[in-house]
Amino acid sequence: MRRFATLVARLAVVLLLGGFLGATLVRFAPGYGVDEAELDSRLNDASVLALRQAHSTDESIGRYYLHYLENLMHGDLGVSRALHQPVRTLLAERFPETLKSVGYGLLLGWVLALGLALLPMLMRSRAADMFAGLFAGAFLCLPAATLALFFVMAHETGRLAIGLIVFPKVYRFARNLVTTHAAQAHILTAWAKGLGSFPILMRHILPAMTPQLLALAGVSVSIAFAAAIPVEAICDLPGIGQLAWQAALGRDMELLVNLTMVVTLITLLSNTGADLLNGRKAQARASA
Amino acid sequence: MKSPRGLAIGFLALVIAACVAGPLFQGPAYAQQFRDVPDAAPSRAHRLGTDDLGRDRLARLLEGTRVSLLLAPAAALLSTLLAGLVGATAALAGRWIERALLAATDLFLSLPWLFLLITVRALLPLNITPFASVTVTFVLLGSLGWAAAARVVCADTRALCSADFVLAARAGGSGRLRLLWRQVMPNLMPVLSAQFWVSIPVFILTEANLGMLGLGVAEPLPSWGGLLRELEGFAMFSAHWWQFMPLVLLVVVVGCFHLTLHRQEISI
Repeated sequence: MRRFATLVARLAVVLLLGGFLGATLVRFAPGYGVDEAELDSRLNDASVLALRQAHSTDESIGRYYLHYLENLMHGDLGVSRALHQPVRTLLAERFPETLKSVGYGLLLGWVLALGLALLPMLMRSRAADMFAGLFAGAFLCLPAATLALFFVMAHETGRLAIGLIVFPKVYRFARNLVTTHAAQAHILTAWAKGLGSFPILMRHILPAMTPQLLALAGVSVSIAFAAAIPVEAICDLPGIGQLAWQAALGRDMELLVNLTMVVTLITLLSNTGADLLNGRKAQARASA
Repeated sequence: MKSPRGLAIGFLALVIAACVAGPLFQGPAYAQQFRDVPDAAPSRAHRLGTDDLGRDRLARLLEGTRVSLLLAPAAALLSTLLAGLVGATAALAGRWIERALLAATDLFLSLPWLFLLITVRALLPLNITPFASVTVTFVLLGSLGWAAAARVVCADTRALCSADFVLAARAGGSGRLRLLWRQVMPNLMPVLSAQFWVSIPVFILTEANLGMLGLGVAEPLPSWGGLLRELEGFAMFSAHWWQFMPLVLLVVVVGCFHLTLHRQEISI
């Protein structure tokens, strides 16, 4: 219970600081408060000055952030400048689409990664290991946006692209774990005594890998959400990744800070969930 | 497995040499337009053809490669220095400073840095010069990618501080700074070097993603991301091989960077 409370408190502090950092970065980024309309050559100096003054109302970072937190308590996330809609409505509309994309992507990525990391061990084949390494390596060298573009060109659903972005990162880690554990003395003994690869995997290697894999599961969620930006933007999937891209092009600070907060919250929740599961496993092992 | 690594290093050296030597040969400038031959196929005058604005593709590819291969290592160096500074300070400066710095590291690890990156990148002034945009893009990359390595550096520094040779140096009267410089830093070099080499392909790919989203280096200065953006206008079977050259070069160069890493360096 104490561990849970500590994790929740840590989550809240990091989230508040994260929001503040996001707001600070935005506030002090070069170009803050500059409106595209200022470039309109038909405007005279007075109009440009008026535009600048209109944007300088929320100049202080502290005031901006406190104002934001106060509204947040009332469920008000502000209004998007670029899309002229409440941020809350936009998030409610777009979030299910991203959850679906990220969910499919994570499923595909993990199945592929674990399959290719474990199969060479089960087959005890160096050729299979080399093929899996090359296959994962090829995807590791491709930018996410290009991968998404190939899916568009092939008229395939872009959601799968997220899976192929997550897959090589999970594979690399899982493969190293399998190799490390498979080289341990008790595993080699089990092999020498004639125990099959599958029982060794299920009884010795997978249980030993679980804590690290759980930690990686938390990290892979944030990889998938980051991949959602280029994939949704290129594949025209109406999720929060596409929304972030539109907000960036439209210089919509209100929306971008909220999106950053939402994705930070999801990342923290997934990491905290993995920590809690790991803690519970460790406790179960200790009591056994 | 030494030969693939050697080949990768050789290829990278060749690409870097081509980028450095490129301007020495009298080719067209990367921004020069040949308006009578837009979207042309490869010829003697334009080895990789021209783009839809009539600019020489080879000149743009060489310039884009130069930009990416110069600035990605610079960003990686920045992130490595930050990781080393934060990690070593956290381990050496005492309990409270260590806690504060590790909390900041946790914070950076939790933040979706691609979201932050596009946020800050999008807020640059619209009339920013290409040089400023490329500098800001890579400085942002460098300043956001240090957190994971800082934790490793902190743990290693702590372990080194209790090592016998460091205790012996301390007993011999070495001050904190001298200990850090003469005893700890040399032993941290493998970790910092791994962080540097691992970061380069990550930053190259991130810039490529930003460029394809229109948030990378501003035109007319080319970068790999900007050059890849052209692919968005192609259909799979009507495109020509020369139009995919920036992608091919990027994939091969990133692959070479991965091959140059030792197995233990890429184990995250």
